[in-house]
Amino acid sequence: MLGNRKNLLYYVGLFSPLIFLILLVLVFSLLHPRFLHPLNIFNVMRQISIAGLIALGMTFVIIVRGIDLSVGSLLALCGLVGAVIAKGGLVERFSVGANADLVNPWYWALIGSVGIGLLAGALNGLCITKLRVPAFVVTLGGLSAYRGAALIVSDGGPISGFDDAYRWIGQGKIGEVPIPVIIFLVFIILCHIVLRYTVYGRHIYSVGGNPEAARLAGINTDLIITSTYIITGFFVGLSAFILSARLNSAEAVAGMGYELTVIAAVVVGGTSLFGGTGNILGTIIGAILFGVLQNGLVLLNVSSYIQQIIIGIILILAVAFDRFSKSTRQV
Amino acid sequence: MRWLVLLDTTVPGKSTLIKILSGAIRKDSGTILINKSPVDLAGPKVARNLGIETIYQDLALAGNLDVTANFFLGNEKSRYFFLKNNSMREEAKRVLQELKIRIESYTVPVDFLSGGQRQAIAIGRAIYNKAKVLVMDEPTAALGIEETRRVGELINQLKKQDVGIFLISHDIHDVFDFCDRIAILKNGEIVEICRSTDVTKEDVISMIIKGAR
Repeated sequence: MLGNRKNLLYYVGLFSPLIFLILLVLVFSLLHPRFLHPLNIFNVMRQISIAGLIALGMTFVIIVRGIDLSVGSLLALCGLVGAVIAKGGLVERFSVGANADLVNPWYWALIGSVGIGLLAGALNGLCITKLRVPAFVVTLGGLSAYRGAALIVSDGGPISGFDDAYRWIGQGKIGEVPIPVIIFLVFIILCHIVLRYTVYGRHIYSVGGNPEAARLAGINTDLIITSTYIITGFFVGLSAFILSARLNSAEAVAGMGYELTVIAAVVVGGTSLFGGTGNILGTIIGAILFGVLQNGLVLLNVSSYIQQIIIGIILILAVAFDRFSKSTRQV
Repeated sequence: MRWLVLLDTTVPGKSTLIKILSGAIRKDSGTILINKSPVDLAGPKVARNLGIETIYQDLALAGNLDVTANFFLGNEKSRYFFLKNNSMREEAKRVLQELKIRIESYTVPVDFLSGGQRQAIAIGRAIYNKAKVLVMDEPTAALGIEETRRVGELINQLKKQDVGIFLISHDIHDVFDFCDRIAILKNGEIVEICRSTDVTKEDVISMIIKGAR
């Protein structure tokens, strides 16, 4: 039977991140006059897009009860591979110039970056499903290994100086809207449609809800699980390219701690770490929430050390809330 | 149509047997005959295509999904990868109503429904998938008295529709209420197969305990 109290809690769970976000925006706009300035809003959105794209993939992973801790390290590796390709190879990679001539055009860099992302995602997924190593361990190993690979590729230094077309992807605008924001919007819509309206999306939720039931219903659960890591790899590759284009530089220390920001955005957005529930719109709210929080705290001159503490606390509270609402939902 | 029941004390063996019949695991030896011809149940889909539908003790429903999604799990209707949710919901409603199964809401996650309703959904799904043989693992074990009665009615209804039922139970009342033939399993071996009209409840209980007639 449907208890009213249970239902109420269910809906509070759905809308609490949104309510929290609105409160946050209200507080910051009262405390700082420039917070709601269009320039600042677009700035926040541009910052959100990088981690937000990865959070889209992470949503798929977490719905099937997985976790991907390797995204930050992979981000650095993908960006560097793209940059090396653009520069024409490992020997030429340190040729620097304000507007250095690139040996290969931006799209080869993009393909290389995304290609490495896809490959690493497939590797993560296969280790989890075929070697039966828990996702936490596989991607923790990836967190170390991909960072190491990034350091080898970069030899410790940054690879900088790209041409206009390359940088435009990260720095350009159409009208007032930054290109990364447009890319982000396109993939938000795409992922939302895939998760919500396709057979594949339905299978993702069923594997997350009851993997045994899904398998007995004839769904290839290993394939579904692996595919979510490949999707995440794709988004890591894409945002790695956008990040290097925005900074006009790729380096091995890029994306440090990104796994935390990304997972926090997904979980705060209502996707349960226990699998089976969650959606793209929640993840977007989660990503915006952390973007706004960071931006607001910077505007208010709060130290970035304290920001890290706040992010950690919010993450733990969000999971505690999820656990609490789960335990009251038992029939 | 023959009815077979497996009775067993709570020793392992029956769950393995069910999983072999549903294609979830492969048999090590022996043969499975359908209409006197041997078949190889290589996976859940193969068994399903042969008309063997299994209803598991833990129901094999995804609790986070709604009635319609569970009804068509692994068997979704689609057009160019897109789910045809409306047509699936109508179809699920139609089938469940024919079986006189009442569900208040087709859009809440099935975790919110009662055990009897979830059991009914699993049975309805099996019927919809054109089950010729329905394997049921302790279908009433987790249910209350009223719900057990409802599921019992459903089983008798299926009996009239000529669906063969393979019922696994250690509830002696279930066995005599629903079944034509009884097989008694002890330590993974079949002790005895008999007609339910030829034996008394006491006979069966003593066979379960002694492992012999």
